[in-house]
Amino acid sequence: MTAKAAPAAAPGSVSDPGAGPRRGWRPALRGARTLAGVAPFFVYILLFLGIPTAAIAAGAFQNPDTGQFTLSNIHTATHGIYLHGFLITTELSVITSVVPGLCGLLIGYAIYTARRGAILRRVAITASGVFANFGGVPLAFLFIATLGTTGLATHWLTAIGFNPYENGFNLYDLGGVALVYLYFQIPLMVLIILPAFEGLRPAWREAAQNMGAGTWQYWRRIGGPVLMPSFLGCLLLLFGSAFSAYATAEALTSGTIPLTAIQIGSFLNGNVLAGQQNVGKALGLGMVLIIAVLMVFYALLQRRAARWLR
Amino acid sequence: MEATNISSATAASVPGHAASGGAPVTLRQVSRSFGTVRALRGLSLEIAPGELVALLGPSGCGKTTALRILAGFETADSGTVTVDGKDIAPVPPAKRDMGMVFQSYSLFPNMSALENVGFGLRMRKIGMAERRRRAREQLELVGLAAQANQFPHQLSGGQQQRVALARALAIQPRVLLLDEPLSALDAKVRLQLREQIRSLQQRLGITTLFVTHDQGEALSMADRVGVMRDGSLEQIAVPSELYTRPATAFVAEFVGTMNRIPGELTTGGQATALGTVTDTQSGCADVSAGAVDVLVRPENLRIAAIANGNGIVTTRTFLGSVTRIHVLLSGDVTVQVDVPSATAAELEPGASVQVSLDGSPVQVAERP
Amino acid sequence: MAAIISDELANETAPPRPHRKRRSYPVWRWIILLLTAVYFLIPLYAALRFAGIASFDDVVHQTGFSDALILSLKLAVITTVITLALMVPTTIYVHLRLPRLRRLLESITILPIVIPPVVLIVGVLEVSPGYLKSTPYLLGLVYVILAMPFAYRSLDAGLRALEVRTLVDAASSLGARWPSTLRRVILPNLRTALLSATVLTVALVLGEFTMASLDLYQTFPVWIVAFDQTSGPVSTAASLLALFVTWLFLLLIVAVGGRRARRTGGAQVDLISVTRRDTVR
Repeated sequence: MTAKAAPAAAPGSVSDPGAGPRRGWRPALRGARTLAGVAPFFVYILLFLGIPTAAIAAGAFQNPDTGQFTLSNIHTATHGIYLHGFLITTELSVITSVVPGLCGLLIGYAIYTARRGAILRRVAITASGVFANFGGVPLAFLFIATLGTTGLATHWLTAIGFNPYENGFNLYDLGGVALVYLYFQIPLMVLIILPAFEGLRPAWREAAQNMGAGTWQYWRRIGGPVLMPSFLGCLLLLFGSAFSAYATAEALTSGTIPLTAIQIGSFLNGNVLAGQQNVGKALGLGMVLIIAVLMVFYALLQRRAARWLR
Repeated sequence: MEATNISSATAASVPGHAASGGAPVTLRQVSRSFGTVRALRGLSLEIAPGELVALLGPSGCGKTTALRILAGFETADSGTVTVDGKDIAPVPPAKRDMGMVFQSYSLFPNMSALENVGFGLRMRKIGMAERRRRAREQLELVGLAAQANQFPHQLSGGQQQRVALARALAIQPRVLLLDEPLSALDAKVRLQLREQIRSLQQRLGITTLFVTHDQGEALSMADRVGVMRDGSLEQIAVPSELYTRPATAFVAEFVGTMNRIPGELTTGGQATALGTVTDTQSGCADVSAGAVDVLVRPENLRIAAIANGNGIVTTRTFLGSVTRIHVLLSGDVTVQVDVPSATAAELEPGASVQVSLDGSPVQVAERP
Repeated sequence: MAAIISDELANETAPPRPHRKRRSYPVWRWIILLLTAVYFLIPLYAALRFAGIASFDDVVHQTGFSDALILSLKLAVITTVITLALMVPTTIYVHLRLPRLRRLLESITILPIVIPPVVLIVGVLEVSPGYLKSTPYLLGLVYVILAMPFAYRSLDAGLRALEVRTLVDAASSLGARWPSTLRRVILPNLRTALLSATVLTVALVLGEFTMASLDLYQTFPVWIVAFDQTSGPVSTAASLLALFVTWLFLLLIVAVGGRRARRTGGAQVDLISVTRRDTVR
């Protein structure tokens, strides 16, 4: 597909996409070929993402028996046990984003200030990448083996006189699930915050020192503020990740914990009250909206971070 | 376009600065190695109060290391560094009272220009009102008062470096350190800032160390220029002396353009090349007699169009008032000869010419 | 200005005084990292102990193991093929000729985060025709949506490091037609990105639990959870196996990617671009 008759930058040629009048049928064909190249993607997205999402949005407002418009699904989804589910999920997500956020920040700082090229750095970064990919089923089993009622750590702790299960801890309820979530949220945070640390120019630190600033003052006035948008953005990502997680909680608790994701799942396989078949869709819609709002804030924070770290 | 208005105040009345500017700086036998690389080998340097010394050299010559040792971001392995007679080695960088301008993008991105400039004052616990006043004064000094509330990402490269300069000066340092501050800027902006920095430095009389790899900058701005190579200072002198009386072959070739012509060195210390005999400059004592390379500047060569001369003109470059003629001599040697453009007409590419030395003392170097 | 020549100073022998500032090596850094290491390694150790060496051998022989694994592998192949077939041309075309669509494309790749798998499967099951729902391969088709952001990010990073537009212009100025350019210039240089996208997709499919379990098909992860009722140690061993294999894949990308980058000067594929999210959890 070369523009045979044209020199470089002819209209419709590769280096001049879409600009200028089209001459001859070859360039026009190129335009058609390009569209043909990307069309399948958009069609696929529409089929497997767009339509299902629309179905959910529509179904959330439909009476399952008559198909008429109704707000009862929404009402059920925002009250009673489902409201409880949202609240618990939010609580869980806040804990498993803020705590890993701070831990990840600290660990990221430790890695960032380590000598460049040192073994420590590389091991830490590789490990973070590896552990951030944990999750779901394998992770649940790991923790059952560790802190389950007959788990190894449970055994150790009991041996030194502190049986967690007799002191209010239970792997299979909210606290336990939160602990498990930390396992992949912390490395995720480290991985995301490290590039932000790397974006801090050494010249800023040296200029600050030159001006008379100590370590604390540097972080307080320059390092901290510059990192803040990235840090907050990371927190949002972590929150969204925890909010929508299903597999870990399901594998761990077999659906006995009141999380929104679990509740949505139960509408597919569990016993559903008559007339409430579409409540699951309403719940889904709610989840999507919440995360969408988070993502908007995330995008705004990213833009601010990009401006400063240019 | 950069606004080039630095308010014209006399030295005594420059706002925000005491009358006497700088402190004397001495480096004595400073050495520093990084692993197996010897970045500095016994560097000794004295900077008089108010003087601007430029360290010039190719990358890796140690000039930046020397500056950073002075600033406190590196420590010397051996040797002493004193400011105003006092050893500053045990003093951390935050307490050295030196203003430093970095190569690029050292402004704090989360603060406006005014806040950046006032940062050093804030670290010195100066109150907000006083801080803002003085910061504004400094910004006026560099001609950016109007940009006081803008953030670094809204400023051009040249403007950022001017703010960085204002920031360094705001703390009234006894020494000013400039680490290739113009390297990251456009050519035109670079030239403008050169003048501004130099005039500001002179009016304030601050002792300044300026590191660069651009000889134009060094030669035009500095009181003295030190040419460095491989961790040592080859020569430190006023610019004109560096140019006309280079102490070593490296300096001769690094500063300005230098031709290398095969020639002979007699035992009596005279050099012969292109059929001419001339004296040699001091500093060639360690070159043994025999076949050598003679180093001559383009303006110290004579050229005339003659049939069957010793060379042929290959190209001609018009440089304004001077035209540079490239000549291919026998033996595959190319030289560049500068002639006034008015007389360059007949020296066309392909013309046969005769090139000779004009008789001024030359530098010689070992033949590689 | 007084010009003091410093030659005499150079001739003095200064007493050598080592000015090495004592670098305070903060212990806290080691403490933090050590504590972190402990927190992360203990569950692994516990799981190994719990499973016992014997289980690792047993795993392969259990009922349903091979069926589940084969199903997962089949789905992985389907998903990977479709994902690459969709994403490679799209990313290349957008990069080269439709830069205005870039923002749209990037927004679309955020969508699978906004519409989590647990919600998506509800919608998919709602609108899918019966003949699709009755086959597990529907999952393969839907997994493409989940894999799409990672494939896009890998390919986009690879393309950006490549300066594709310049290469294509150079190729066409030398007379190459589009198919040749694609085959000889672009794709060979995208090998690392393609490998990365493939591995990410495969790892994602092999670990995907949410949608498979809700669609009631027994893929490998679903089997692991179901088998827990029969034998905990075996399930744990299977989980560990799955983990180690995933890690090997990921380290493979980094190793290959690093070596290639050094040779071709292309982008480093680092582990940051390699994290999976969502559906596996």
